[in-house]
Amino acid sequence: MIGGLFIYNHKGEVLISRVYRDDIGNRRHAVDAFRVNVIHARQQVRSPVTNIARTSFFHVKRSNIWLAAVTKQNVNAAMVFEFLYKMCDVMAAYFGKISEENIKNNFVLIYELLDEILDFGYPQNSETGALKTFITQQGIKGQHQTKEEQSQITSQVTGQIGWRREGIKYRRNELFLDVLESVNLLMSPQGQVLSAHVSGRVVMKSYLSGMPECKFGMNDKIVIDKAGKGGVTDDVAKSTTGKQSIAIDDCTFNQCVRLSKFDSERSISFIPPDGEYELMRYRTTKDIILPFRVIPLVREVGRTKLEVKVVIKSNFKPSLLAQKIEVRIPTPLNTSGVQVICMKGKAKYKASENAIVWKIKRMAGMKESQISAEIELLPTNDKKKWARPPISMNFEVPFAPSGLKVRYLKVFESKLNYSDHDVIKWVRYIGRSGIYETRC
Amino acid sequence: MTDSKYFTTTKKGEIFELKAELNSDKKEKKKEAVKKVIASMTVGKDVSALFPDVVNCMQTDNLELKKLVYLYLMNYAKSQPDMAIMAVNTFVKDCEDPNPLIRALAVRTMGCIRVDKITEYLCEPLRKCLKDEDPYVRKTAAVCVAKLHDINAQLVEDQGFLDTLKDLISDSNPMVVANAVAALSEIAESHPNSNLLDLNPQSINKLLTALNECTEWGQIFILDCLANYAPRDDRESQSICERVTPRLSHANSAVVLSAVKVLMKFMEMLPKDLDYYGTLLKKLAPPLVTLLSAEPELQYVALRNINLIVQKRPEILKHEMKVFFVKYNDPIYVKLEKLDIMIRLASQANIAQVLAELKEYATEVDVDFVRKAVRAIGRCAIKVEQSAERCVSTLLDLIQTKVNYVVQEAIVVIKDIFRKYPNKYESVIATLCENLDSLDEPEARAAMIWIVGEYAERIDNADELLESFLEGFHDESTQVQLQLLTAIVKLFLKKPTETQELVQQVLSLATQDSDNPDLRDRGYIYWRLLSTDPVAAKEVVLAEKPLISEETDLIEPTLLEELICHIGTLASVYHKPPSAFVEGSRGVMHKRLPARTGSGESTESPDVGTIAGGSGTETAPSIIPSQGDLLGDLLNLDLAPPTTTGPPPPTSGMQMGGMDLLGGGLDSLLGGDIGGSAAMGAGFGAVPAVMPASLNAPMGGGLGDLFDLGGGVGMPLGAYIPPKTVWLPAMKAKGLEISGTFARRAGVIQMELTLTNKAMSVMTDFAIQFNRNSFGLAPAGPLQVLSPLSPNQTIEVSLPLSTVGPVMKMEPLNNLQVAVKNNIDVFYFSCQYPISMLFVEDGKMERQVFLATWKDIPNENESQFQIKDCHLNSDAASNKLQASNIFTIAKRTVEGQDMLYMSIKLSNGIWVLAELRVQTGNPNYTDLEISVKCRAPEVSQCVFQCCEAVLKN
Repeated sequence: MIGGLFIYNHKGEVLISRVYRDDIGNRRHAVDAFRVNVIHARQQVRSPVTNIARTSFFHVKRSNIWLAAVTKQNVNAAMVFEFLYKMCDVMAAYFGKISEENIKNNFVLIYELLDEILDFGYPQNSETGALKTFITQQGIKGQHQTKEEQSQITSQVTGQIGWRREGIKYRRNELFLDVLESVNLLMSPQGQVLSAHVSGRVVMKSYLSGMPECKFGMNDKIVIDKAGKGGVTDDVAKSTTGKQSIAIDDCTFNQCVRLSKFDSERSISFIPPDGEYELMRYRTTKDIILPFRVIPLVREVGRTKLEVKVVIKSNFKPSLLAQKIEVRIPTPLNTSGVQVICMKGKAKYKASENAIVWKIKRMAGMKESQISAEIELLPTNDKKKWARPPISMNFEVPFAPSGLKVRYLKVFESKLNYSDHDVIKWVRYIGRSGIYETRC
Repeated sequence: MTDSKYFTTTKKGEIFELKAELNSDKKEKKKEAVKKVIASMTVGKDVSALFPDVVNCMQTDNLELKKLVYLYLMNYAKSQPDMAIMAVNTFVKDCEDPNPLIRALAVRTMGCIRVDKITEYLCEPLRKCLKDEDPYVRKTAAVCVAKLHDINAQLVEDQGFLDTLKDLISDSNPMVVANAVAALSEIAESHPNSNLLDLNPQSINKLLTALNECTEWGQIFILDCLANYAPRDDRESQSICERVTPRLSHANSAVVLSAVKVLMKFMEMLPKDLDYYGTLLKKLAPPLVTLLSAEPELQYVALRNINLIVQKRPEILKHEMKVFFVKYNDPIYVKLEKLDIMIRLASQANIAQVLAELKEYATEVDVDFVRKAVRAIGRCAIKVEQSAERCVSTLLDLIQTKVNYVVQEAIVVIKDIFRKYPNKYESVIATLCENLDSLDEPEARAAMIWIVGEYAERIDNADELLESFLEGFHDESTQVQLQLLTAIVKLFLKKPTETQELVQQVLSLATQDSDNPDLRDRGYIYWRLLSTDPVAAKEVVLAEKPLISEETDLIEPTLLEELICHIGTLASVYHKPPSAFVEGSRGVMHKRLPARTGSGESTESPDVGTIAGGSGTETAPSIIPSQGDLLGDLLNLDLAPPTTTGPPPPTSGMQMGGMDLLGGGLDSLLGGDIGGSAAMGAGFGAVPAVMPASLNAPMGGGLGDLFDLGGGVGMPLGAYIPPKTVWLPAMKAKGLEISGTFARRAGVIQMELTLTNKAMSVMTDFAIQFNRNSFGLAPAGPLQVLSPLSPNQTIEVSLPLSTVGPVMKMEPLNNLQVAVKNNIDVFYFSCQYPISMLFVEDGKMERQVFLATWKDIPNENESQFQIKDCHLNSDAASNKLQASNIFTIAKRTVEGQDMLYMSIKLSNGIWVLAELRVQTGNPNYTDLEISVKCRAPEVSQCVFQCCEAVLKN
């Protein structure tokens, strides 16, 4: 199991060091080994797991802060990384951005958290909702709790529904569903799709009283087909979606979702945590709507000049508007000057980033726009040809490129006197570009 | 007000000031001071001098202050054990606090203070906390048992904490269950042989129930523990799989990977024609692909594991090539791993896509990545024949880029392509030769020289090219020098007239001017060959080369199996067994995949890996690890009466039960499609496969009688082979570890050795010798360790023994002193062999002779022994003994007692007679009595020990 956990700043100074096991040996040695071999390493780090003198170090970096877990044993590596991410989430939930200043300001709190969520190197309940009930920055809550409150805390921390406490009350029962998708594309210069997938998340903000039982439904092909076979056709699904259903390659759920029920009936039922959380993640690869098509044309004119022409075409309903469009066209390292002409938006050559950045604020569907640039090159005697990194794109569209639609989210709370109809529900779809690249 | 100010106090006299503040009356000031102390501790300052002052602050009702003091204590208690005692009272008091959070805090902290004196005081509070009414306290106490065990294992056992911990597995709270499982698993790891976890269908059921309810971390503990369980049969295996598969949709990647581990392991036991097997395979692919959208560090862990999974079960991901395409912004460690998996998945169906990608990668920036991409193109050519031509032309394109390292890498792989497809692509040699000057890496130079030498007859100026290399001969690396020597000799054999001078020059350079013994040796060999028999030289040097294999870089199958059992862990990331990087006893136990068992048969042994396949034609295990040891297990099994493998052929060796027979039988039964026939051979060492026939004669008679006696006994059992034990620990032998056992197979005594290199350097030149011993055992041949043993490598050797060596009586009789030599040193150890090894196959005495001999041997030579707790009836006992050449001659039933009369002949001709009494009437009386008579009474004790071992295994 995890033998110790260190947090360093970018200079390699230790901000937090907590040792759980003696087997990692002298604390100072372990701390220094990581600093010398990883943080101050001359070469770029080649692996997130480093073995130094039979001691293994796992690290993740958040802005310029290094988190390192140390062990001498054959630990579950996936678990260690998941824990480090979780640790970052917990810290962020307590004091915001993970920065040197924030860590120094909250070091007592961090030690307290580390004591609670990692016992002898074994991760324990690390749900912020639960932790915040008894680890507070005031730290004195312990004395003023009644016996009932105390046992409620412990039963929540260890319980089956560790993510939600009892007795939550809202005057207005409300929930917000965001379907956030990032669409990824790798396209060849000839316009052939080499790989494309959507990775989506359903993020829920729930402000519901009591212990509500929720059921979530979407136009999952397997569910719809099953329902169709049973003779019950879902009119809602048909009328609201262009495509009837989508094939989901795989999905993963927040721990509140009953996985065995999903496995057997493919229904998504759960008692939600309070506030904002990620209900599910999913991935699709079939019938993806690619919101933009990029058509590049790069011509080398002699050894000192490049001509670049890029056309982008929007491929969705004309009534919808895409926003925050940005096309990034890489330029060679020996670029000396660039002239750009674009029909729409603004384009600039950014020498520090070796790219022409073309920004368009808004663009409707079924339109196209073009940019052309002349790039002057300094003559070099470098034999190696320019690697031609792909042209990448960023955008945001108000629909789900996978075609996913929320069919329902039903709320049942038998003990309190509100029903599904009383809950105000909001659904929003946002499609963003993930890694959206076209080779040129 | 923030806490960061505590980091900035660096004045002199700080400690003194802190001391004053700690002793202040004001609570706030005290707390501030403790915070300063903790901050100093974090940045590495020594504040241990403040120990008494800080401990004084412990008696407080301020929880935050208490936690800070505890933190300090955990750090410095070890350096101030006497003072740490001061804290005990507070701990004990806190363990009684009405607030469960405080009780838990006390027991958690107390376990972290590794001071012997404190641990004594810890026992009572811990016992109470383990039974606390509050689950939060119980779950903390469960982990505390593991902590205490780490400090003082004996104490934990004496105090009975392990039993309490086991009870917690049935706790009503899932988190308590999960922590108890984690603690028990850890403790069990340091006691490999204790049956601490004692997994059985009932406890497994409890775990599976808790699995649905506990936190993500708890699910990981439980899944990792489940993976160590060996289901009894395929039905149980399937039902566990069914209950684990929902975990594949968990958001936590570690839960997913641990579930994959359980499934990959238990799948081994499912029959391949089962519908569920196919369903399961299909279910595994999507979650594995989803792991690739996790954060890069997790992607890396996932990819390393997928690399293993793809080698073990390529069918799972064969359609998912595209997801492994490299993204421009992937971190380099992700890129390199993806590339590796792409090559493994490359097939005729997707090769066009793969090649297009690889060509793209070859123009990237990172040098390592580009090299690997180029190499990958070569590997595709070798793997998928149809693509070879396209690969070669792609490589030629890349050579045209003139990027130095790309060209060199391309030449190295083209050499391999030539090896794989001789006489096909030699037209490109001209292009390669153009780049001769730019090659500066030894590997590329050596490859190029090899090409020139190999195709010297097609290259007009081959002699000039090679001559140009010769100028700087002594500056070249050995690799290049050796290659150059061979290439020039080849050239000479092909064009003798023009190159005589050249060959003489290189031979003299290699033999006279070089310090390198390898080079000199090779030079002399060529020289002599050429001067004595040029025709022979031609045959040797220009011999046809064996084709190179398609798959390179494959992980060796036994290691792969072990790594599959470690999916998700560091071992799977390093692709090394845990013993290679974990110190001490932890994790050194090797894990293995279970083999398949039909649900109709039951096997008794619950240990992982020892459950092996049944005996039916269909149920024969589909995977046989190439190591011999599984085979040992297979044959040690209490095979239940055979579920008939078709009518037993009357004269077939199959029914006779010698080890080799079973091997041969399996082989012929399966027509070699077990893919392990070669491996089986290796397991037997030198025993040839034709053995069954030759064995028929000596054993046939005995067999007939046996069947008379037993009245239709089932399949006889394999001879008893004791499990391997460590004879020579690595500590004593500069890193060489030897474990072994003895076996008698088809009349040949074999010493089966496992040599493990735990040192950092390669070991070679192994040899073995025995001291004189009681029965004249001596190696019948040299120790066959053909290839050097690299660090962390393990090999199995089996050494046939003869009994014609010099004799000297040893104490004990069956002691054997052995010397093993390698390139490092000579090591000595002694071991004891079971005397049953020396029992020969023709040891069955005629009844009359037996009677006469029994009477003839004086009564004082008779010894009596008891074998306790042996639940065997006389037939079963007789069968077992028979397999080890202890022959039953007659059976008599007197007053509810079965009397078996048995004879044994030792390899040196000594006869041993025995009488075995089995109580048949009384099921409660399970002791066997054995009387042994022999003219040489010294052997009686050994014979008895061996009978006991045989009967009890």
